[in-house]
Order: sequence, then C-alpha cells, then structure tokens
Amino acid sequence: MIVTEQEIYSSLSTKFGESIGDFITEETFNPTVLVKAGTLADVCTYLKESESLQFDSLMSLSGHDQDGESELSVIYHLYSTVLDHYCTLKTFVDREEAVIASVANIYRTADWHEREAYDLYGITFTGHPDLKRILLEEDWEGYPLRKDYVAAEFYRGMRIEKVK
Amino acid sequence: MGALNHKFNENILITSLDKLLNWSRSGSEWYFQFGLACCAIEMMSAAAARHDLERFGAMPRSSPRQADVMIVAGTVSLKMATRVKRLYEQMAEPKYVISMGSCANSGGPYWQHGYHVLKGVDQIVPVDIYIPGCPPRPEALIEGLLHLQKKMREEHVLAKKEV
Repeated sequence: MIVTEQEIYSSLSTKFGESIGDFITEETFNPTVLVKAGTLADVCTYLKESESLQFDSLMSLSGHDQDGESELSVIYHLYSTVLDHYCTLKTFVDREEAVIASVANIYRTADWHEREAYDLYGITFTGHPDLKRILLEEDWEGYPLRKDYVAAEFYRGMRIEKVK
Repeated sequence: MGALNHKFNENILITSLDKLLNWSRSGSEWYFQFGLACCAIEMMSAAAARHDLERFGAMPRSSPRQADVMIVAGTVSLKMATRVKRLYEQMAEPKYVISMGSCANSGGPYWQHGYHVLKGVDQIVPVDIYIPGCPPRPEALIEGLLHLQKKMREEHVLAKKEV
C-alpha cells in the first residue's frame, strides 16, 4: 500500500501540530513538508517508527543556501524500502547560529551527510558522534558553499585566486 | 635477438658513461602510480594492453622510493597539493614531474571559481613536461613520456652541478 505525500503531511500535522509548516507542491520536484528545526529529530523518529509509514532509509541530507542573506536550510529525502513511498522534509536554520539536532542516531546515513553540510555550510548538528570537516582540511577557514563566501587569497602559502 | 644473434660477438661497443646511464634511465621511466581525477583513467588506459606503456619501459610503481617520474594526472586540490609535494620530496633523485591535463597545468575548468583547486601544480613542484588536454588521450601521454626520454638523454647526471 503506497501512502501519498498528502496523507503523510496530514498525518504529521495531526501528530505535531504547529511544528509542521506548509506543504509545498508547486515548483518542486518532490512535494516538501516544512518542519520547524526544533522538532525535526522527533519527526524523523516518528516517520521511522510509525507502523503505517516505516521510513527506514534516509536517501540524502543536504544543506542549502538560497541567496546568501536569508536563513540556511537543511533538506531530508526519506524513503521507505518496505512500503515504497517517499517524503521530503525541509527545515530552516539561522545563518549566524546554524544549529540543528543530528539525526545520525536515527539514520546512520546522516553521519557523513551531516559532516558534509557542516563542512560546506557551517551547520552544526548537535548530538552528532564525530562532527568534523569531511572534504576540506581541518584548518580551512569559512564555509565555501555559502553564497556569501569569499575565497581566501592564500592557503598554506599556496595562491588560490588568480582571476578576478 | 633473432637476426642479431652472433652479429656482435667479437665486438666492443664504446660510449660515454653519461650516455650509457642516460640510455638506461630513459629506457625505464618508472612512474609513480597515483591518479587524482579523470586523467588517471587515461593514464590507466595508456598503461593497459592497447597502448601498453611498458613498450617504452614505463611501469607504474606504488612507492615514491622506486619511482623516477611523477605523473600528476588530474585536479590538484589544495588538500591534495600538500600530499603531492610531500610525495615528490620522498622520491629519489634524479626525479621528474609530468603535469598531465589542463587541471594540473593551470587549474583547467576550475580556473575561475575553483576555491579549492591549485592553479597549476608547478606552483609546488618543478614540472618537466606539460601535457595539454582535458583529459589528454593516451597517445598524448606517450608523447610526453617520449619527450621526457629525449630530455633525459641530453643530461649529464654525473657531472658536477654548478652551485
């Protein structure tokens, strides 16, 4: 039995009330449920453990910066391998104090994905088992995929920018 | 040997030690086996059966101690650049560097926006041969190795170096 995205949204709304925001279906490939950052881990736990939903797989977790000014967002793509249905969650975090609860203890996949989002967007995932940079060097300064990132001129004595 | 059998039995070949050494060095360009990006695929292809780099005495070595040539095959990210430099320093003299492909030559497609890419491996190690292409075909790599052979043959490794 495949549960539609609309039914999943209704189920979440009933369960979590105010913490669940809008349901975005237009101009998006995957219908997306907006979730308040504070309850995201609870929502994931519910989606995973609910008998009728059984979202046992986190396909992707990605950071996102829309324009370099407004809030950053984190997007979760969930999939149920048992019931073959999908759900996309999106949550916003403050740009200056980008902190959100880790879901690495719920989905193991999230471990490296959260490290990547931390590395490139500077989003801190509290409760993560080993939150450190995954792609860049430990001593790298800044978060390169933020739209307001300005590349340094030198890194360890090696020149970075040649063309302006 | 076949047709050459018994042709040179009674003869002595005379040459300079430099030429003998250069001949043997240029005939065994053992290159360092590491690839950084898609150029490495072309390098592997060049080493495999169809192009067969061993025809030129070039064989991959997995240790800097045994390698004569370092082929920088691919995008040198800043993180990798520190490692590339260390590996180069670990190689024994005389040593050579071939910069393979646009990325290693100049940053390639990462020229303008590659915040994480070294714009040319010649910033950290001295490069002997540049091979253009994105990625260069195995034939281009072979030509690069042949040019390096030519360079090796013109050297004087035993002569005292000017200080």
